Amino acid sequence: MADVKKVEKKKYSRMDFTSDQSVRWCPGCGDYAILAQTQKVFPELGIDRENIVFISGIGCSSRFPYYMNTYGFHTIHGRAAAIASGVKIANPELSVWVVTGDGDGLSIGGNHTIHLLRRNININVMLFNNRIYGLTKGQYSPTSEVGKITKSTPFGSLDRPFNPLTLAMGAQATFVARSIDRDTKHMQAMIERSHKHKGTSFLEIYQNCLIFNDGAFASMTNKESKADNVIRLEHGQPMLFGKENKKGIKFNDNIPEIIEIGDKYSIDDVLIHNEQDYVIASMLANFTYLDIFPDPVGVLYAIDVPSYDEHVVQQIDEAIGHHGTGSIKELLNSGNTWIVE
Amino acid sequence: MEKTLKNVENVIIRFAGDSGDGMQLTGGRFTETTAIVGNDLSTLPDYPAEIRAPAGSLAGVSAFQIHFSSKDIHTPGDKVDVLVAMNPAALKVHLVELEHSGMLICNTASFTKKNLTYAGYESNPLENGALEDYYNVFAIDMSKIVTEACSDMELPSKTVERTKNLFALGLLFWIFDRSTETTKDWLRKKFAKRPELIEANVRALDAGYNYGETTEIFTTRFMVEKADLPPGTYRNIIGNYAVSLGLVAAAEKSNLPLFYGGYPITPASEILHTLSSLKHHNVKTFQAEDEIAGMASIIGAAFAGNLAVTASSGPGISLKSEALGLAVMAELPMVIVNVQRGGPSTGLPTKTEQSDLFQALYGRNGEAPIPVIASATPGDCFYTAYEACRIAIKYMTPVIVLTDGYLANGSEPWPIPSMDELETIEVKFADTSSLVDGQFMPYLRDKKTLARPWAVPGTTGLEHRIGGLEKEDVTGNVSHDPENHHQMTLTREQKLNNIVNEIPPTDIYGSPSGELLILSWGGTKGSCRTAVEDLQAEGRSVSHIHLRWLNPLPKDLGEILIRYKHILIPEINMGQLSKIIRAEYLVDAQGLNLVKGKPISKGRIIKKVNEMLES
Repeated sequence: MADVKKVEKKKYSRMDFTSDQSVRWCPGCGDYAILAQTQKVFPELGIDRENIVFISGIGCSSRFPYYMNTYGFHTIHGRAAAIASGVKIANPELSVWVVTGDGDGLSIGGNHTIHLLRRNININVMLFNNRIYGLTKGQYSPTSEVGKITKSTPFGSLDRPFNPLTLAMGAQATFVARSIDRDTKHMQAMIERSHKHKGTSFLEIYQNCLIFNDGAFASMTNKESKADNVIRLEHGQPMLFGKENKKGIKFNDNIPEIIEIGDKYSIDDVLIHNEQDYVIASMLANFTYLDIFPDPVGVLYAIDVPSYDEHVVQQIDEAIGHHGTGSIKELLNSGNTWIVE
Repeated sequence: MEKTLKNVENVIIRFAGDSGDGMQLTGGRFTETTAIVGNDLSTLPDYPAEIRAPAGSLAGVSAFQIHFSSKDIHTPGDKVDVLVAMNPAALKVHLVELEHSGMLICNTASFTKKNLTYAGYESNPLENGALEDYYNVFAIDMSKIVTEACSDMELPSKTVERTKNLFALGLLFWIFDRSTETTKDWLRKKFAKRPELIEANVRALDAGYNYGETTEIFTTRFMVEKADLPPGTYRNIIGNYAVSLGLVAAAEKSNLPLFYGGYPITPASEILHTLSSLKHHNVKTFQAEDEIAGMASIIGAAFAGNLAVTASSGPGISLKSEALGLAVMAELPMVIVNVQRGGPSTGLPTKTEQSDLFQALYGRNGEAPIPVIASATPGDCFYTAYEACRIAIKYMTPVIVLTDGYLANGSEPWPIPSMDELETIEVKFADTSSLVDGQFMPYLRDKKTLARPWAVPGTTGLEHRIGGLEKEDVTGNVSHDPENHHQMTLTREQKLNNIVNEIPPTDIYGSPSGELLILSWGGTKGSCRTAVEDLQAEGRSVSHIHLRWLNPLPKDLGEILIRYKHILIPEINMGQLSKIIRAEYLVDAQGLNLVKGKPISKGRIIKKVNEMLES
């Protein structure tokens, strides 16, 4: 195996993470913003470039690795999580990133996504959710809202959508976060948090598809409406949103409600966000698709538990400690043997 | 009374009973002892897909056959000399394959009215004289004897009754003059934490042995001398275990960590079990969420620089097919073992078949050539697995190994190889010396093999991107250019064809030309070789060639085939190799195609040869 050098960290600029391939997303696609923020934040992460691997499946978002000047593998539809698992277990020293979409990661690859999350392999998942199939030219996706009119659902889609965050929570993810393509600084912070988390980090990024689902998240990005429709979570801070942060989330008999800070309620009545609280994170995740509540962005949930790949290494070390390093010669000659002369 | 000891050359025993009667264990123990005695041997376990089919039912019969000899043998044999039938259903299913005047040993305790009816007997065949005219019948109340043997032990009667298989084993050890000590050692280890079970089983084993020694029913013991095997240190080996050892050996020889990603499936799971117990050999095993993920994970592990392997059976390989195409496109080294079972669909999970040859060769979208090698015997599984790893690394390609349920569970005495005699596996990871004008070219190929460089993440300066989209030659950039696609298609094909240089000249058993050639592949080798030996002994002009590599085929095969008037290809499928041979070489190859979930018998092959030679 190639040695991973442990010398002083190299200094990189954004250009060091830009490959020589011309980017081929539609002009105005939200993917550009995500790529730009990724290339901007990666020099800050302190990872040697040769130790970074981007793995993707199939779909518009999955072209991402071609544009990052790191190791990259554009694989097959839905399997990025499983291929990335092999990469990370084979060499736990690598920083492994999965780029996937709502179709790739939640439909054809849904099984791999949930099993990656439950195992908690130290891999960073960036799921670009545009609530539509873009590369196949505009069919509804597993995150499209009910009644979606698309090429394959001229009378409206009938399926209830997945909520990626509740799916991740249900799959025992140890890190669940969300950001929005237009919110560049926030996205950088979320990418950094994903990297720092030990275990699988699941970052959903709302991403606008200009061609087939334009405006899907407009209410969360428009200047006028975004404050009322998005709640930015910060650990240890009250859950405030709205213009001038005058709205807050409060529990009323264990049921969340929206309160106005003013005569009746003060800031002390507002719930404090706790990233380690499964119940709060689940509640927040469920705000998605509920019109009365704002969509949460930020880190909903982050807990510190050992990663799968740590355990793999530990088991091998223990086995070697117990038996000594295995010798094939001894193994071949084990059991009952006899000599023919 | 005086017991006579008679020398015989060959014996075939079949242990048959209910799924819960421990027949596989009994057969396994008899095999171990027989191996140590120094006989040549070949075994055939035959068990139902259900873990516990209804007790006493015909569907629930589990059997284990062992053929042992003082001569070199190649198959578990056809008709059996000794049938141990632990219940009426076992008798019903297996009696048809007992030789006339063969030895039939039954446990009378289970020949109850209920069990007899369940097996379809109107009256008890042990009592109505139906069997004595044809067979040498020994009806013994084994359950009663083991109960008496353990009467002072205060064990639950069910526990004691379960030791009756050890009684049968002890009796057969006496009949065939072999020691019970190896089995006793094994029992002591197996039940180390349950001394009462060691005691009960040892008593049952001794009771069986002594029953032969003391009762007057048995007058003759049989002796099978040591086989005249080539010198060396031997062990008995089962196919799936041999595959596992071959993979570990290749990992050690190539100095690569072994990564196994897979999903449990009959009859391949033992490979996962074995490798997962070898962590101290730096083996990583990943039980994935499904077959697809198992395959995907090894692609990832290969990309990261491990020796990546998976094993499955037909249905699982179907699920892996799309990812196999990616492995071809990405040109990464990995090994895929298919332990073939009866198909289609779920088919016959515990039975053997050779019907996935086409799947291995062609079962992918696009032109996606993959080298295919097939194991011939349980011990050969070691060498094919090893060879597959070597070729995968040398040519940067996935390689498929075909074994089958018969090889996977069958066993034979195996001369243990020394690591020195195995061919070197050279790994050349790319480094910055391969840069062209400062750029890494992931598809710049080795001129001789056409292998592309293996550049693993973690290597400074070789950052690059690959994927399933067609690649531009040399640079590996995405390319939709028609000429480039044609060129890359030809290149992938040529890379596979270059492997032909790794195949030694074809070994012909018999005359290099003549009346008839039997061509075989995979697990049918033993039956074909045995049939050819018999036919040659009768003076027939019959030769035998066995193929290890199915893709590519040996380069001298075409000119050899035309030297024979007839070509016969026995296969446990509908003629898959026959069709390939006919298409490749335009020769009139005939098939013998029996798809019964079990090895083709030598008798059927001889019959077919005689028909062909007389027509």
